[in-house]
This record gives sequence, structure tokens and C-alpha cells, in this order.
Amino acid sequence: MPRYLTMVRIDENNTPAEGISEGLMQRMGALIEEMTKAGVLLDTAGLMPTSHGKRVHYENGEITVTDGPFTETKEVIGGYAVLQTKDEAECLEWTKRFLQVHEPHWTVTSEVREIQEG
Amino acid sequence: MEAPRIIAAVTRVVRDVGIAEELAQDALVAALEQWPEAGVPDNPGAWLTATARHRAVDLVRRRENYARKLQEVGRATEFAYAAPEAADPDDIDDDLLRLVFMSCHPVLSAEARVALTLRLLGGLTTAEIARAVLAPEPTVAQRIVRAKRTLATKNVAFEVPYGPERAARLGSVLEVIYLIFNEGYAATAGDDHLRPGLCEDALRLARVLQTLMPQEPEVHGLAALLELQSSRAAARTAPDGTPVLLKDQRRTRWNRLLIRRGFTALAASQAVATGAPGPYALQAAIAACHARAHTYEETDWRQIAALYALLAARTPSPVVELNRAVAVSMAEGPEAALALVDTLTAEPALRGYHLLPSVRGDLLERLGRREEAIAEFRRAADLTKNERERDFLLSRARTSPSGD
Repeated sequence: MPRYLTMVRIDENNTPAEGISEGLMQRMGALIEEMTKAGVLLDTAGLMPTSHGKRVHYENGEITVTDGPFTETKEVIGGYAVLQTKDEAECLEWTKRFLQVHEPHWTVTSEVREIQEG
Repeated sequence: MEAPRIIAAVTRVVRDVGIAEELAQDALVAALEQWPEAGVPDNPGAWLTATARHRAVDLVRRRENYARKLQEVGRATEFAYAAPEAADPDDIDDDLLRLVFMSCHPVLSAEARVALTLRLLGGLTTAEIARAVLAPEPTVAQRIVRAKRTLATKNVAFEVPYGPERAARLGSVLEVIYLIFNEGYAATAGDDHLRPGLCEDALRLARVLQTLMPQEPEVHGLAALLELQSSRAAARTAPDGTPVLLKDQRRTRWNRLLIRRGFTALAASQAVATGAPGPYALQAAIAACHARAHTYEETDWRQIAALYALLAARTPSPVVELNRAVAVSMAEGPEAALALVDTLTAEPALRGYHLLPSVRGDLLERLGRREEAIAEFRRAADLTKNERERDFLLSRARTSPSGD
């Protein structure tokens, strides 16, 4: 059964002003519980905003470290999940449901990438 | 993966896993017909379960002996008059657990339990199961049909056992999952991908079981064992498919996420345990010793030997003794281990077991008794059914101890 890393990308410059609603927290919690019970969720977490982050860049043998926030990036990774499912279709189904617990005024992209095994 | 939950919910109504499976299929077909037109419902799983259960209630109603049936099934009455609505997830969990205990019921043979569990809970088709367990498809189909019939004729109750029966019945459930895992673990790289895939099917079942029975230490123990065993999958075979021994495995290829999950499950097992650790928790603790060692040299063999001694006291078996001997050889040296192994050579249960001469050959080689070692490696090569392993053992019989 393939494993997938899903990276949740959000536009930090345009997140809803009121933040994460109580209802979203509850629906998310219920879905995470359901995914755990179905035996598909191996790991998941949200990330601190990029204002707390650093980028370490390597080019021409030189290291440069840049402090966040990464305002020039349209969509930054706000969270991740590692899923193990029968196939890609099942992974996409769970991913859609994960996105649908957000209210319609959210804009979120989940990038689904299969993890290379072996 | 909604299918097992639907089958479980329907079995509660019709009390027959064969019929339940057909109704679940019907519901899936109905979904394929209706959803493109009407759109996908908010909670597809609940819709499917409600639809299948609705049909089940209709079916029960249509039965001539409806009244008698209702008395028998008791709980079905609450659905007989209720419109299908989103089921309470907790109820479905209970149904799923009942289905697990039913599929793994001791009235069925081990093969039948494995086939039925893969079919009803793992969502594999009969063809896939046949390929995975290396049996002809008609044989597996027969096995499943007969298993369903046995459950029906023996009136196996759709229930989670409690009291004294529970431990034995849970043992059967864990054993089925363990068997499925081992079936996959024994597969080689050249095998049909469905065979190694059985490891993941078993692991998923173990993870689901953890959420259904969070108070059972051995459930967490089994999950921990399988997570830790799976963490080494990528390192177990070389690119050409030859097996790589534990001591030669590249530990950077061990999956850290699965190791962490294994530790977490082991901790959960210890947290809910009230008495001495059970066999699965002990085996998981041994696997955890290996996972904790960043290099082979760092392995805590004394701890492993001690855990094997506990395991041998708990579930005495020649195979456990053989593994204990290997740990003793690492903790105390080949001499002490050979004494243990030599008590096993007369063991009828190990007569065809290639690992006995394989281990003995290794010990003899370490004691410098090269000629005897070669004979043992050849004996082991004759016994193994795994082609890769045979090549490996024959190469050990050829290679001189200096390794050239």
C-alpha cells in the first residue's frame, strides 16, 4: 500500500482574518479521528507560520540563511499529513474530505505526493 | 475502505456475513448509479451504510419467518422501523469489532479465517487473496463460501465476547492478523507485489483494531511488533532481491516514522497492561531493542536474551528457543548458544525448519569448526523453500570464513 505525503499549502497573506473557527477545529478533529480509525493516518501536524521559519540555501558552495516570513511565496506549507492507503484514489478521497471541512471562504491547496519506497 | 464498515452494519441486521456482503455490494452499485446524477453525498460512507442497512431491513421483513427472526436477532427491531439515517459512528465501530471477531472465529480453520478476514475486512477480491496466499482461485473461493456457511450453520453470534472467553477469542483475532503479516513477510522481492502487500493489509488491520480496543495491551503489542517489523522492509533485501541479514542492513534505510509509531504503540501496550507482558508485547520489545541500536554493534543482546527467556516461559516453543540461542550467542558467545541449539536438534517440530541448521552452521563457523558448518549450511539450503535464501546459504557454504 503506497504512502503519501500531503502538503497543505496556504497563502499566508490571505488567510481569513478570524483565523480557524471553532467549527473547523471540531470538524477537523472528527475527521482526524475517523482517519485514524480507518488505519490510514500515520502522522499529521500543522506548522508554525513562516515568520518563525528560516530558509537555508546552498549555491556555488555557499550557505545563506534567510529569516522568515516568506512573503514572496504565494503558497507556503502550513501543515502536512502522511497517509497510507490502498491506492491514490483513496488518498485523494480523504484529501478532498480534509479540504471540505474548511468553510468556503478558505483557499487551500493540498499537494499529494507519493513517498518513494525502498 | 468503507466496505468493512458497511458489511459490519448490515451483518448486525441480517446476521449472515454472506448476505451482508452482497447487500454492501448492492449499495456500492447503487452509489455508482445515483451519485453521478445526484452528486456525491456529504458523508459517502454514512450514505452507503444507511442504504445497505435499509435493504437489509427490507430483506429481513420479506423473510417468511420474519417474526421469529426478529425475536432471534432482537436488536434488529430498532432498525426495522427506523428510516435509514446517518449511523452513529460508535455503533459502527462496535459492529466492525463484531465482524472482526466473527471472521476470526475458532470454528473456522486458520486458512478460512485468513481468507475471510482479507475479504471482509481487508477489502481484497477473491482473485487477489488467491494470488497473495499462493492458492488456486477456486480453492480460495470455496474456502470463503464454506466459511460463511459454517458461520451461518453454527449460529456464530455477531458479538464481541466478554468474560473468560474474550482472551481466547482475541488471541485468535491477533493470530489471524499476525499470519497475514507473516505471509507477506515471507514473500520475496520477485514475488507478485500482492504478497508483500499483505504486510500492509495486516498492519492496517492492526491499527484499526487499536482504535477499536484501546484497552487491550496485546492489541497494541501486535501493532507495535508489526510497525517495527515493517520499518525494516526497505533494508531487508538487496537490489537484486537477495536477503540482507540484520547485521548487514543499512539502518539509515529503516523507516523512522514506523519506528516511532512502533515505540508509541509499545508504550500504549505497557500503559494499559495490568499483569506481565504478553507474547506480542514481548516480541515488540525485542524488535524495539533492534530499532534502538543505531549500529549492529550497539545492539543490547543481554536485554534481548532476557526478553526471549520471558517469551520462552510464556509461550514455550522450539522456534523461540532457537531465537533465544541466537541472542545468547551474541551476549555470551557461540559456545553457550551451541549447547542450547544442540538440545533442539532432536525436536520433531524443527525437523524441516531450515533456520535450525542455518543457525547451527553460523555458530560452528564462529567456533572455527568449518567443515561441520558447511554441512549445516548445505542442509539448510536443502530445506528452505525460498530460492533467494537457498542461494544465500549455498554461498555461505562456499565462502571461506576470511570472506574472500
